[in-house]
Amino acid sequence: MKNKSLVTITDFSKEEYLRILEVAAEFEANSYQNLLNGQVVGVLFFEPSTRTRLSFESAINRLGGRVIGFTDSATSSVTKGETLNDTIRVVTNYCELIVMRHPLEGSVRYASEIANVPVINAGDGSNQHPTQTLLDLYSIQKTQGKLNDLNIFLVGDLKYGRTVHSLLMALSEFNATFYFISPDELRMPDEYKMYLEELGLKYYESTELDDNMKNADIIYMTRVQKERFSDPIEYERTKNAYVLKNHMLEGTRDNMRVLHPLPRVNEIHTSVDSNPKAYYFQQTENGVYVRQAIIALMLGLK
Amino acid sequence: MKNNKLEVSAIKDGTVIDHIPADSLFKVVSILRLDHLQGMITFGTNLPSKKHGKKGIIKLSDVYFQDKDINRISLVAPEAKLNVIRDYQVVEKKDVEVPDDIYSIVKCDNPSCITNHEAVPTRFLVINRKKLKLRCHYCEKITDKEHMVIL
Repeated sequence: MKNKSLVTITDFSKEEYLRILEVAAEFEANSYQNLLNGQVVGVLFFEPSTRTRLSFESAINRLGGRVIGFTDSATSSVTKGETLNDTIRVVTNYCELIVMRHPLEGSVRYASEIANVPVINAGDGSNQHPTQTLLDLYSIQKTQGKLNDLNIFLVGDLKYGRTVHSLLMALSEFNATFYFISPDELRMPDEYKMYLEELGLKYYESTELDDNMKNADIIYMTRVQKERFSDPIEYERTKNAYVLKNHMLEGTRDNMRVLHPLPRVNEIHTSVDSNPKAYYFQQTENGVYVRQAIIALMLGLK
Repeated sequence: MKNNKLEVSAIKDGTVIDHIPADSLFKVVSILRLDHLQGMITFGTNLPSKKHGKKGIIKLSDVYFQDKDINRISLVAPEAKLNVIRDYQVVEKKDVEVPDDIYSIVKCDNPSCITNHEAVPTRFLVINRKKLKLRCHYCEKITDKEHMVIL
C-alpha cells in the first residue's frame, strides 16, 4: 500500500483490507503513536464536513503529525478562480500526504494523478468514500468476530447511497448474503445485483422491514432523502416504513448490530440509541483507528 | 453537360474510409483531425448507400492510419470500412473496432464530473461494446450511446 492512493474501495485488494483492519486494531489498543513525528498532512476540504474531517485530523494528531489545509473552499484561493489542478500542484509540495473532499465526482482521482504524494479520498460528490467503507468493515468484524458468511441488511436509499454500494463491493469478497430493503423508487441498481449474480452470491429484495430482520447479523441504515423522490406523495407514504424503532429489534439475533454512516435524520428513532444493539456512535470512534491505519500504511510507517 | 454523375477520382496511394453515416462525416473529420493535414483529401457526403441510406466517404492521398488511431472513429462510424490503396489497387480492407479505452473523444454525461468543470481530458473504459456503454475513469458514471456527445 505504500505510496498508493486510495480513491475507490476497489483500489485495494481483500488482503489489503484485512491488513488495514489488523493495523486499526493495533491503534485501537494504543492510539497515540508518534509515527508521523511532525510530518505534515494536507487536509483539503472543498466542502464542509464534520465527522470525516475531525476524524482524519484526530487520526493525524494521534500519529504525531501536523495538519495544514482548509475546511471550506471559501477560505482557499479557489474563490479567486484557481483550478483544482493548480491547487494540487502547489499543495503537493507542502506535505507528505493529501486527504481531500470535493463536491465534484472524479475530482480526487484527478488530484491523485497530479499529486506526487499519495491522496486519500474523503468523499468526491456522490461517487466514493472508501475510508467510510473500511471503517464499516472494521465495525462489522469487531462486532461479529468475523467478516465471512454474514447476513447483511442494507436499508433505505439503495439507489443513490454511495456508502451502501462501496460496502456491497467490499463485502462481496467475504461471501455475504444481502437483504436489500428500500422503496421501489430507490432500489439497488441492476449493475450491483448483476455483479453479485456473477459471483454466485445470494441477495433478497423487499420493500419492508419486517420478520426477515430476525436473520440479520448487521442492519445498515441509510437516510431516505425527500429530494430523491420524483413524487412527494410517494415520499410521505413511504418515509415511515424505513424508520427503525426500538420494539422492532425484539427477536433479532443477539449478535445483531445496527450501523449507520451518519448523519441520521429520523430513520433511526432515538429510542434505539440506548439499545445495546445500536452501534452507530461506536462506529464513528472506529473511524479514527481505521484512518490512522490507512495513513500509517500508505506512508510505509507500519 | 457530358455526364450528370458525380465523379470522385480514384487515388494512387493512401486510404479510403467508406460507409461513414452521412451525419457523422464531419465528426470523423474532427476526431481524426483531418483539417490539420496538408495532403490531398476528397470528401463525399449524402451519397446513396444501401446500408445507411446516405453515406459519407473520405479519400486521403498518401495517408495511412494506425489501428489505434482509426479505431477512435468507431463510436460515430461503427460500420466504416477502410481500404488501403497502393498504386490504385486495394491492398487491404479493414473494419473499425471499438477500443478498450476512449481518450478525449466523448464528453462525460454526468454534469457533476470533474471533466465537465476543468480542462481534464476525458477517459472512459468500454464496459459494453455492443450497447456502447462507457464508464468514466474519473466519476465512474456510465455514458451510453443515447447520451453520447462527441467533443
